[in-house]
Amino acid sequence: MSATVHDVDRQTAVTSLRSKDLLGISELTPEEITLILDTADVMTEIASRPIKKVPALRGKTVVNLFFEPSTRTRTSFEIAEKRLSADTLNIAIATSSVVKGETLADTALNLEAMRPDMIVLRHSSSGACHLLSRICKSAIVNAGDGMHEHPTQALLDAFTIRERKRQLKGLKVAIIGDLLHSRVLRSNILLLTKMGADVWVCGPPTLMPADIRRFGVTATSSVDAAVKDADVIMLLRIQLERMEGAFFPSLREYFNVFGMTEARLTLARPDVMIMHPGPMNRGVEIASEVADGPYSVILDQVANGVAVRMAVLYLLAGGANHEDAA
Amino acid sequence: MKTLLKGGRVVDPANRIDGTRDVLIDGDRIARVGTDLPADGANVIEIPDGLVICPGFIDMHVHLREPGQEHKETIATGTAAAVAGGFTAVACMPNTNPVNDDANVTTYILDKAREANLARVYPIGAISRGSNGELLADIGDLRKAGCVAITDDGHPTKTALLLRRALEYAGMFGIPVIEHCEDPSLKGDAVAHEGYYAASLGLRGMPGAAEALGVERGILLAELTGSAFHVAHMSARASLRAVRKGKDARVRVTCEVAPHHFTLTDEALATPLAYDTNTKMNPPLREAADRDAMLDGISDGSVDAIATDHAPHHYDEKKVEYDRAPFGIVGLETAVPLSLDRLVHTGRIRLSRMVELLSVNPARILNVPGGTLSEGAPADITIVAPDLKVRIEAARLRSRSKNTPFDGWELRGGVAATFVGGRPLYVNADAMLALGTTPGVV
Repeated sequence: MSATVHDVDRQTAVTSLRSKDLLGISELTPEEITLILDTADVMTEIASRPIKKVPALRGKTVVNLFFEPSTRTRTSFEIAEKRLSADTLNIAIATSSVVKGETLADTALNLEAMRPDMIVLRHSSSGACHLLSRICKSAIVNAGDGMHEHPTQALLDAFTIRERKRQLKGLKVAIIGDLLHSRVLRSNILLLTKMGADVWVCGPPTLMPADIRRFGVTATSSVDAAVKDADVIMLLRIQLERMEGAFFPSLREYFNVFGMTEARLTLARPDVMIMHPGPMNRGVEIASEVADGPYSVILDQVANGVAVRMAVLYLLAGGANHEDAA
Repeated sequence: MKTLLKGGRVVDPANRIDGTRDVLIDGDRIARVGTDLPADGANVIEIPDGLVICPGFIDMHVHLREPGQEHKETIATGTAAAVAGGFTAVACMPNTNPVNDDANVTTYILDKAREANLARVYPIGAISRGSNGELLADIGDLRKAGCVAITDDGHPTKTALLLRRALEYAGMFGIPVIEHCEDPSLKGDAVAHEGYYAASLGLRGMPGAAEALGVERGILLAELTGSAFHVAHMSARASLRAVRKGKDARVRVTCEVAPHHFTLTDEALATPLAYDTNTKMNPPLREAADRDAMLDGISDGSVDAIATDHAPHHYDEKKVEYDRAPFGIVGLETAVPLSLDRLVHTGRIRLSRMVELLSVNPARILNVPGGTLSEGAPADITIVAPDLKVRIEAARLRSRSKNTPFDGWELRGGVAATFVGGRPLYVNADAMLALGTTPGVV
């Protein structure tokens, strides 16, 4: 495998990541994003082999530290780690604001004492990965922190778009749903604008972050305007409990105003891609006909998640340099 | 025993003095202020050039944490921080454990303050029992025991009705009601100012309107009752607009601004250190337009006082996820350098206006002694060194807690010495090298 990776390295402007951690897309340069996506191209090939395992992370210990329930992301990371031959350990800690256990800092220090090489962290508090990265020497990979970022999701989304459209530059990408509470949105906005896409965000004003336009996007509450001539439509999950905060009146009304239906889809470009980071609420943000329809790449996203996470872990472990040393 | 402060610039706005004067202290009182006063057996202290003698600064909004949270601060450590920061008196908030809703707690605080024997301490009592917004506390008892104002600070007064009753009742005793202005439903579980930085960091935000609604409510009720209403730690431009309108309508409303709110903006949440929990306070650091409005209000006289909202927290409590960290920062030892650097040296206000904000007006609002160097007034004196280069070092703060966002900041202006009741309780050796007989440093 290393030979192929080295070929990739020669084609890209940079050959390694500057930071020891992946805290968010905000820290990445466009060149680093391209490096990760190019590396993921190589990793995709591994998944097609009969023996889907390479020794890149042999002898490395990766801890998947999950403070929030997650099936998709945790499984995806774990498969990625195993395909790279890392020793993996899953720690799931149920947290609630009521139960006061050990502090995150103490948990991190205890883990750190056992010298893991990487910690993949999912946490309900924005900035939890920043806290960890200040305490730990291990590489920290953000697997979703509060409402802040979910960088590997944005990377796998970009990878999926690039697979079909060859490049991100100039594409109209419409992101529709709960913008306020979405870490997927933040990472995607950062990545897509860095790569030159024309990003539109759409949702009810109640679910729109303050000053959203300062992120360099076009914001609208008109689905039609957002969808018109879109190359990519990303739908974000609407959480049932948001009704309690009076963010919108009912799921039925949400679907009527914002739900992605086949009729609305006709406004988009004929080769539009429909994406969703999951888990989906069928009949709320997306009609089943659209989710299961010919434009949907939702399962491709899941498949690509493994390759992109392999690329991230591989590069954070030192990439080709590490292999040379070993 | 007499002490003569010889040859310094005296700034005493209450007596319209700004010029070179001698100040004669007799025991714990100011005996005379004049030119070329005779030594007459007094201990003479030559005031070096460049230092300014002011009436003692009064911080009308601090959390001393005692009783109940002595791991954060005690009355002894808090008043040591006060004198080191140039404050001769502090007014302490009632959200201790137990809450200062009872004369016994007030008496306990005053006993501890007497033991510490540093800055003067003026307790502020609770509006409601347990500050839980249901029944009025025994405000008459609190007043008698020494409380100078009432508030349910930390939270807004629960209902408009209770705030109305508090204003009516406190009015009878001639004490102001101090309000943490905030609409709880608009604030929700927010941890930051609602704006670009909260949005990009994924932090729940509260808008300035949440504060301004509380300000508007209080002003309407102050108008209704004719009582004195004081807006604590004002931070939003809409609040300032409401205060100006209230003052124009001759409502008895006053307000204070904390140094962090005229210095920092919500950009500090992202840089230089993202998610630094020492940028988390309530009200939150707001956007530049709000910060600039606070500066304008300070310049044009709409703002009455600078108060720190000194809120010590143990480092364990701050070394957590941003949304789990408690609100608040320490402020007693950074207020004067920040005021000099950000307000006076930028040309926004003159030194005499700074003295009004830090001394004259707090004394007037709380109706406590001080705020002047008049003959017979307590000899509470703050000597500032406007051109002293100061470097803030969190580890060296005298407060028991070190939660400041200003660690490592270099500022122009500091405190040279603090006298309480004629006793020099703090002397900054860097600024006061020329002090003849070096008074004891506490």
